[in-house]
Amino acid sequence: MLYFSRWKIALIVAVVGFGALLAAPNVLPANFRAALSGWLPSDTVNLGLDLKGGSYLLLEVDRKDLVAHLAKQLQGDVRQILRKNHIGYVDLKRGTQGVSVRIRNASDVEKALDAIKGLAEPISPRGIGPLAGERDVDVCSDGRMITLQFTAKGVDAKISGAVEQAIEVIRRRIDALGTTEPTIRRQGTNRIVVQVPGFQEPERLKELLSATAKLQFRLLCRDQPKSAKPRRAPPGCELLYSRDPAGRPYFVQTASSAGVDGEDLVLARPDFAGRTNEPVVTFLFNQHGAMRFGRLTQANVGRRFAIILDNSVISAPVIHEPILGGTGQISGNFTLQSANDLAILLRSGALPAKLVIIQERTVGATLGADSIAAGELASIIAIIAVVLFMVITYGLFGMFADIALAANLVVLLGLLSFLRATLTLPGIAGIVLTVGMAVDANVLIFERIREEWRAGRSPINAIDTGFKRALGTIFDANITTLIVAAILFCLGSGPVRGFAVTLALGIMTSVFTAFTLTRLLVALWVGRTRPKTIPF
Amino acid sequence: MRLLRFVPDNTAIAFMRLSRVAYLCSSLGLLASLVLFFTMGLNYGIDFRGGTLVEIKTKTPARIAELRSTLATLGLGEVEIQQFGASDDILIRLVRQPGGDDAQQDAVGRLKQALGPDVTYRRTEVIGPKVSKELARQGTIAVLAAVMAVLIYIWLRFEWQFAIGAVLALVHDITLTIGIFCVFQFQFTLSIIAALLTIVGYSLNDTVVVYDRIRENLRKYKKKPLPELIDLSINETLSRTTLTSFTTVLALLALYIFGGEVIRDFTFAMLWGVVVGTYSSIFVASPLLITLGMMKRNRGQGDLSPQKQTHTSQC
Repeated sequence: MLYFSRWKIALIVAVVGFGALLAAPNVLPANFRAALSGWLPSDTVNLGLDLKGGSYLLLEVDRKDLVAHLAKQLQGDVRQILRKNHIGYVDLKRGTQGVSVRIRNASDVEKALDAIKGLAEPISPRGIGPLAGERDVDVCSDGRMITLQFTAKGVDAKISGAVEQAIEVIRRRIDALGTTEPTIRRQGTNRIVVQVPGFQEPERLKELLSATAKLQFRLLCRDQPKSAKPRRAPPGCELLYSRDPAGRPYFVQTASSAGVDGEDLVLARPDFAGRTNEPVVTFLFNQHGAMRFGRLTQANVGRRFAIILDNSVISAPVIHEPILGGTGQISGNFTLQSANDLAILLRSGALPAKLVIIQERTVGATLGADSIAAGELASIIAIIAVVLFMVITYGLFGMFADIALAANLVVLLGLLSFLRATLTLPGIAGIVLTVGMAVDANVLIFERIREEWRAGRSPINAIDTGFKRALGTIFDANITTLIVAAILFCLGSGPVRGFAVTLALGIMTSVFTAFTLTRLLVALWVGRTRPKTIPF
Repeated sequence: MRLLRFVPDNTAIAFMRLSRVAYLCSSLGLLASLVLFFTMGLNYGIDFRGGTLVEIKTKTPARIAELRSTLATLGLGEVEIQQFGASDDILIRLVRQPGGDDAQQDAVGRLKQALGPDVTYRRTEVIGPKVSKELARQGTIAVLAAVMAVLIYIWLRFEWQFAIGAVLALVHDITLTIGIFCVFQFQFTLSIIAALLTIVGYSLNDTVVVYDRIRENLRKYKKKPLPELIDLSINETLSRTTLTSFTTVLALLALYIFGGEVIRDFTFAMLWGVVVGTYSSIFVASPLLITLGMMKRNRGQGDLSPQKQTHTSQC
């Protein structure tokens, strides 16, 4: 155990040196780091949101909302296809699971069924994979009644698609905020994790993420509510409320009497209104949108139309003249920021479904900085305490252990940087715990050496045997902690996961350094002094 | 230089004779923990209950009574307000609001409106009913999985009596930790589960070291009666056990005192766990080997370990 070949010594030194190289960027100033040549490592430890400050949001696609949305579409499709085929129907209704319709003449049922079955689309478009052959809608008939029901797998596939789309939209929205390094990724089938470091306005972020941002331009009905709380809308109209000031009622023509919507927008930006200088959002339609908007305004000069965002009325201006150029302006008591945010929403496009925030964790920058400071202080004190203790207890050997501990920490930091692991506050706790436990391997070895020596072995023999015998114990004792760290990693999210990572890496590096570096130092000492006694 | 000896050489403490007393203490502790758990219960944090936690910093030392009456008018159910470290640092907890996930966000919005623009938000955590249910499940699974994994590992490396002994010691440690959390009504959160699991790892570390020595001595002294042999093994490893526990406690104490308010409960759980874990590996895990009747079967018939050669002589 005490013989080291030259290449082994070189290897140990190389590993520690390499660890130091990987760890070095953490202590170098940023501009110096940037100036390093390309082959040198420049990654630093990645601070978690709890240290850096920022927001973590977990969003989930609202299944009910998506199904309702799909049902609405399906209802329109059924109406259209029955009309096209000149089939008389009554009671075309939406339910929570799909759509039902009654065919007026029993003789038409066959034909209607054929037409409607064409609406069911295969879930997997190319007919491959486990979902091949499955369709998104089940069509059944019972007498003159035809029901269309969404299949669970079909809805799952739609949700999955919606998540993909939503991630794109969210990315555009967050990028528009100009924050650095946001993380947006899918979790499971119906969830999206959004992590925005450094952004200190969680409420604004949440509003930007949870708005569906479905923009519509629809005519107001001729009759407008007489009271503040109208009981019901006239036929063909829908009751909507204004956003700011909140709660003013409007009767707006229902969606089927087609206006124009946000999909045709190509540009939106915050601006100031010419006369009043109040913040507004100006927009530009594409050709299709411009044409429709032109037609809508041309036919309805003198009437009012509503600009509707996610079912609330932003404003309801009067059409003074036809708007043919495809540009327009939205005003509605905006501040500069809210006009800017609306422009971001409009530019980024609408979400395919409503997203619900099911978890939020926001840490302010001051708390993050406090945590880092506290963590640093605690680590330093812990290290000093343990280092002193080892020297007091084991003298020279304690110093060997302390050198190994220092190397251990350096290699650990290097590994964390290299893996771009996220360091969280519990992660720092993991490091401190490692400091406490790192010396354990050394203590086990030293105590064993003492025992062997007292049992009558010569010092060199005792040292050799001590290392040998302690190895098995150290191995068994640390594997269990490693198992636990692995389980923690699987269980954990964010902070806890950071803890698991540092704990696991810390165990590995501490066993490594105890068995290489401490042993090497002891071996060199033995070689030089030929000890007659064990010095502790 | 005269070096500090923590534990004198050649201790010969009759741990096994003390084990009756230890069993009694442990049983009382376990019983108390269970009683506390079923009467007072744990103070589950929002991780498992759902709800909202907001930490704010006020410009002047916070007037908690005033704050309480302001927030009481919001109709957000029970509002818990607590000073957190400094006098201008306040922790506000809202219980889970009736309704779905949107209702939680709504409550935060109203809370922030009521607090006005003069406070700084240090952190906001909102956990909806869905996520809290999942976290509670995950936490339970993690603890069970850890205990199972450990059971299997020790079983593979040692004999089944060792595995059962180690796992019972673990259950002992976890139960006592839950007990102390009931007593102090500290928030029981996901990070406490992480601390619990770390305790599992730590306490096991200790137990394994002692067991390892017992196994070694079983091979060495074939005729020695078991209680004596276990006493010897514990005494031989006592110095290491206390030293390691001491350095770990030292490091954790630094973290507890200087590491900040956010992880204080987390550190407390680990500190407690180290102490309990050290106790249990000596006074619970080891005597359990006798109680589990290992010796009757094996003593006199020679070797105990099925893998006698794999262990101590590798390098």
